Amino acid sequence: MISALFTYEFLQNAFLSGLIIGIIAPLLGLFIVVRRLALIADALSHVALAGIAGSLYLSQSVLFFSALNPVYLGMAAAVGGSLLIEKLRGTYKHFEELAIPIILSTGIGFGAIFISMAKGFGADLVGYLFGSVSAVSRQDLWIIIIIAIVVIAFIRSFYKELFALSFDKEYAKVSGINGKVIQAVFMIITALVIGASMRIVGILLVSSLMTIPVAAAIQLAKSFKGAMLYSILIGELSVIVGLFVAYHLDIAPGGTIVITSIIILLFVLGWNKVKGSYHSRKVKGDFA
Amino acid sequence: MEKTIIECDNVSFHYEHSTVLEDISLEVKEGEFWALIGPNGSGKSTLINIILGLLKPDQGNIKLFGQNIDSFKQRERIGYVSQKSNSFNSGFPATVLEVVKSGLARKIGLFKSFTKHDEQKAMDALRVVKMDDFANKNIGELSGGQQQRVFIARALVGEPDLLIMDEPTVGIDQKNVASFYSMLNALNREHGIAILLVTHEVDLVTELATHVACLNRSIHFHGNRSDYKKMNDADISAWYGHPVRRVHQDEKEGQR
Ligand SMILES: Nc1ncnc2c1ncn2[C@@H]1O[C@H](COP(=O)(O)OP(=O)(O)O)[C@@H](O)[C@H]1O
Ligand SMILES: [Mg+2]
Repeated sequence: MISALFTYEFLQNAFLSGLIIGIIAPLLGLFIVVRRLALIADALSHVALAGIAGSLYLSQSVLFFSALNPVYLGMAAAVGGSLLIEKLRGTYKHFEELAIPIILSTGIGFGAIFISMAKGFGADLVGYLFGSVSAVSRQDLWIIIIIAIVVIAFIRSFYKELFALSFDKEYAKVSGINGKVIQAVFMIITALVIGASMRIVGILLVSSLMTIPVAAAIQLAKSFKGAMLYSILIGELSVIVGLFVAYHLDIAPGGTIVITSIIILLFVLGWNKVKGSYHSRKVKGDFA
Repeated sequence: MEKTIIECDNVSFHYEHSTVLEDISLEVKEGEFWALIGPNGSGKSTLINIILGLLKPDQGNIKLFGQNIDSFKQRERIGYVSQKSNSFNSGFPATVLEVVKSGLARKIGLFKSFTKHDEQKAMDALRVVKMDDFANKNIGELSGGQQQRVFIARALVGEPDLLIMDEPTVGIDQKNVASFYSMLNALNREHGIAILLVTHEVDLVTELATHVACLNRSIHFHGNRSDYKKMNDADISAWYGHPVRRVHQDEKEGQR
């Protein structure tokens, strides 16, 4: 793979994109996990599916869409979905979690309709569902780079506020941190990261790359900074091993990346148990 | 003349079905240490939430540092320890130091990062509550009482002018309660921090506080400590709802 990497542009695209999302997906994922929003990432990725399927369907009949990268409509759908979730969480104050299945079903529903209506984008679609080593274009890579810059700038700028809000929302509010605005921006950023990651890991496995490295990291780290570092390291390791295996065995990278991260997670859990200092740290905090 | 720090003017509040607060008027001035006492369910936490702006009163007005609560922006001047601080996520990956530093977030301001100096301040705050040895421990590994002290450090780290605490000694073992109260005393006397302390430990705190407010839906008494002490136990029992006998300083030693 190493020599092929210097030869083929598609491999460079896939590899560089993978390295970038291996950083940003777990980085954002840490904030998502400690705020108990893991399922929201899942819901948003399914809304992205509707956008992608819609774009692929329209590209068969509308000239404008045949030139448009489906990732754009997927991302737009995810951003729309994120705003809808916020709205629904307000409507169902006592059943905030209801917002998630509602949005998730809507995404799959529309996705199914578009996929059935357009007969014949099977191969493309599998790439979007489970990721692809060969389908990442230069343009996709540029989109991912731009999103990574936005994500890292956002987290750097609002680290204090994000930490305070995640740890203790009530205290943050009392101390005058504007949770509403940051939460809204956070949701949009989450939608963008889902959009960026789905080319490599696929829509169905995006949320795994955001949560599984984090699940392993919080078993290892005492501090938030440490959890951040471990999340990124485990995310990167999963992506590198996963892409390598996917390329050589010609299978969808989403599968190999996520299963690699699962193996790391199991290893960490086992190691902690052996070490005898294993206390299951359940994430049961509250954040809305 | 001392400045007024908290001004509650005729505040009333109800949850869906029940009125919890009626016509509450209260003024806390610079340098004062108020104990807000009352039985469980008397509306103490609700009143605190209204003062902090977490709940909106049905009627009445709140001013903080002379400004209307809606336009009050200097939130870094308030340190707050909530009643249910242990409701935070105990699996949260954060060290004690990180938690205390988060108390500075607002004061530092948007788009700026923590500096070494902020870390120093957080360590100082931890020293005040005698938790500096635990700075790099995970917050979830501490006992309830230790966590509570960390949250007090988080409230102190921004050097507030007003400290509001809702039953902060719940979960702290008895032998540490006395030293906690003497710490509050020092903060109030030496640093001039105004304190509003909610408690149902009627007798303990009234020895420290300069002022006492008795709440049970409405304010049944408010004034300075010596006037409070002049009330007889029967009067207090009447608003408390069940018999209360205030323990006197000399008896207390033997009892605890
Ligand atoms: N969120 C809420 N919704 C409805 N009723 C509440 C709520 N919070 C408190 N109450 C009720 O309001 C009353 C006052 O509660 P609270 O202010 O917590 O009292 P205290 O802090 O003095 O124990 C209690 O009867 C309580 O049951
Ligand atoms: Mg209370």
